[in-house]
Amino acid sequence: MNRYPLWKYILVLTALLLGLIYSMPNIFGESPAVQVTTAKATTKLDPALLGKVEGALKQENIKIDAIFMDATGVKVRFADADTQIKAKDILKSNLGKDYVIALNLISRSPTWLTNIHARPMYLGLDLRGGVHFLLQVDMKAALDKAADRYVGDFRASLRKERISYSGVARNDQSIQIKFTDAKELAKAEKIISNDFPDLTIKESNNTLIATLNLQAQKRIQEFALKQNIQTLHNRINELGVAEPIIQQQGLDRVVVQLPGVQDTAKAKEILGRTATLEIRLVDEEKSDPTTLEQASKGQTPFGDEFFMDRNNQPILVKKKVELTGEYITDAGPGADQQSGRATVNVTLDGRGARIFRQVTKDNVGKRMAILLIEKGQAEVITAPVINEEIGGGRVQISGMNNTQEATDISLLLRAGALAAPMDIIEERTVGPSMGEENIKRGMHSTLWGFAAIAVFMIIYYVMFGGISVVALGINLLLLLAILSMLQATLTLPGLAAIALTLGMAIDANVLINERIREELRNGNSPQASISAGYERAFDTILDSNVTTMIAGLALFMFGSGPVKGFAVVHVLGILTSMFSAVVVSRAIVNLVYGYRRKINKLAIG
Amino acid sequence: MEIFKIKKDIPFMSYGRLTTAISLVTFLLAVLFLATKGLNLGVDFTGGTVVEVSYPQSADLVKVRHAVDSIGLNEATVQNFGSSHDVMIRLPLKKGVTSAQLSEQVLSALKKEDSTVEMRRVETVGAQVGQELYENGALALLLVSIGIMAYLALRFEWRFAVAAIVANMHDVIIILGFFAFFQWEFNLTVLAAILAVLGYSVNESVVVFDRVRENFRKMRKATVVSVIDNAITRTMSRTVITHFCTQLMVLSMLLFGGETLHNFSLALTIGILFGIYSSVLVACPIALYLGVSRENLITGAEKKETADEMP
Repeated sequence: MNRYPLWKYILVLTALLLGLIYSMPNIFGESPAVQVTTAKATTKLDPALLGKVEGALKQENIKIDAIFMDATGVKVRFADADTQIKAKDILKSNLGKDYVIALNLISRSPTWLTNIHARPMYLGLDLRGGVHFLLQVDMKAALDKAADRYVGDFRASLRKERISYSGVARNDQSIQIKFTDAKELAKAEKIISNDFPDLTIKESNNTLIATLNLQAQKRIQEFALKQNIQTLHNRINELGVAEPIIQQQGLDRVVVQLPGVQDTAKAKEILGRTATLEIRLVDEEKSDPTTLEQASKGQTPFGDEFFMDRNNQPILVKKKVELTGEYITDAGPGADQQSGRATVNVTLDGRGARIFRQVTKDNVGKRMAILLIEKGQAEVITAPVINEEIGGGRVQISGMNNTQEATDISLLLRAGALAAPMDIIEERTVGPSMGEENIKRGMHSTLWGFAAIAVFMIIYYVMFGGISVVALGINLLLLLAILSMLQATLTLPGLAAIALTLGMAIDANVLINERIREELRNGNSPQASISAGYERAFDTILDSNVTTMIAGLALFMFGSGPVKGFAVVHVLGILTSMFSAVVVSRAIVNLVYGYRRKINKLAIG
Repeated sequence: MEIFKIKKDIPFMSYGRLTTAISLVTFLLAVLFLATKGLNLGVDFTGGTVVEVSYPQSADLVKVRHAVDSIGLNEATVQNFGSSHDVMIRLPLKKGVTSAQLSEQVLSALKKEDSTVEMRRVETVGAQVGQELYENGALALLLVSIGIMAYLALRFEWRFAVAAIVANMHDVIIILGFFAFFQWEFNLTVLAAILAVLGYSVNESVVVFDRVRENFRKMRKATVVSVIDNAITRTMSRTVITHFCTQLMVLSMLLFGGETLHNFSLALTIGILFGIYSSVLVACPIALYLGVSRENLITGAEKKETADEMP
């Protein structure tokens, strides 16, 4: 009665074999590597890239441990971190801007393992070091910005239709247009409701109040989020991070995870910056000393804004924006040929170039202010005089403080602006030494705990204790294999869950062993006791595991961060423990006892 | 080896009044501590910033304190964490200053004082996020309780479900009581431990209830009390051995797991110790008090069988 059909033995053996193979990559460890990916998602991966990377490194006599190409890009493995850094610099100068070159860690496991997708477990940030940010998008600012755009649009279209109005202003997210004449108001209302279907228009004592309708608001918010995620992608590519995670969370949040990033200050600065350029005209007609004097005291002329430029000179700039950073296709740091001072060289797209040309043509002899807008604060970087019409869409912006600033601003302009400012509302940073230590701690806990349980079980249940321990070991093996296969993120709480799951999984074997003892005590034969013990215990094991599973699933659904990591492992551990404690241990017991004619006594203590 | 060689059933249920009284007292004490002292919530729930740094030599707390004070963060708490080399700096939430900048300021101030300092961990949680984590935690607790109750009600009977959940809530409250009394930090990891205890502790009740059901079938003539007594006595060996094994593992975590897992393992230890007691000596008397009987536990199929036998 204690014999399994052949297929069950084969099943157990297969599971064991798969468990061994897929948990194996974890033994080999990881070595430093460089990964090369394309900077733009649209650019297709060129198969020739592999040869290019290899050639570049060979030329500089860099020793390559392994080089291969996968769906994301080319990966090169090195013996040590020094070679890795050297290789990164070489590749960076050789391949240029089209590629992102990032430092990474790659498994040292043999190629045949990698080919069957056997990879080491995916370590979370608390185990490998890195930064986790939760960013909140300021949706009010996104809506304000949209409303601001309408202010300009209204002015333009009312002027075009020759409708006279006494003023347009934004009040939070509603735009108010004041009229002196009711007829003009009626005309304007017709045009605006025609031209701008996204707006809801109300009228109250000679004023039109336009507000964004709900659909438009929703669309703007969705767009802002998407645009911000795209911008973050671009900026992180510039930082050179391997395997960054950038994900939307909820309606207005973005999760950013940067494994291995050490310079958190830099990362934060680059991520959080909302810099964009605005080109506006200086109001030359009102730039006389008295007006400037008054403006500095707060009496700014209508339609103008007052600034102090970088040389501490007062300047009055028109509110109307001629050109924004959205038209920039490329930006890079440079130096002025005459003065040698740092500059930012900007290339505009076709439309931007046309606008810029028109603006410069119409305003020869006047000054043009270039403003850097950051966190809602505008700063006049420079305000050069327009000497002639400028075509071609290439603009050199002087007035940078130093080369570093020029480089940073170029990066921000190139990566695109954020559609709305973002705040970091959660940050978890773990240093690399801490990560290694956490792995060690988790492993030690598990191993010592396992050893203690093993000693106790063998003393207490002798042979059956030994079998339980083997089953528990197989449970650990299967759990590691599944975690590696699923590439589920393993965190320190996850490691704790491995230990705890093992500690709980032994329960099933204790239940079974106790049952067998009881059956023996009741005077049953050894074979019958084994059979009855396993069968009777199974219902209980199932019930108790289902309740544990409910807790695990709820943790998974509502947990965030560390709790989720715990839950994933816990739930998977319950599944593997059911299999190993019931099926695997029974298979071993069957092999040991099932084929004997006569058993006088079971070694169960 | 066999520790539990019990020939006669132990009359657990006759101690029912005593055990319930003991539980009630511990429970009320726990509630009292929770109410008066409250939980020492970690940054996960309150919001704020924790910066953990380590020095190659023993850290000079006075110097660290001075560095933190020098950038105007007087409300910060500075203390050793784990070993004398490690220092934890806790900063409360401050309006106006984004917490992201805060941690950088602290680190650069510390670097100025002593350049050998190494950043180990920074955790910053905004007020809103903290609030959400708190709410989600409470929701998870509620959901787990409802889920387990529903399953037990389906598999056994509502009386058992209520008894089991009361026993487990008793465990959870007592763990919380301990955390309140000793003012140990309560963070997300501890919450995970508590939810794990909830699932684990129910196991106990399930094992006993399973035996009760089995006994109702086998011991046709026995009283409900003696059925329960027998079930507890028969499963006692398993209960103690299992908990002992799990505790071995948790002990290993307590010893080797470092600071991060310290409170986690503490919560588990308390949960395991009280779990043994409550699932047997709290759950069963409650089930008995609610009036479990043989009829409650006979499933639909079996009922039909008996009905068919009747003329």
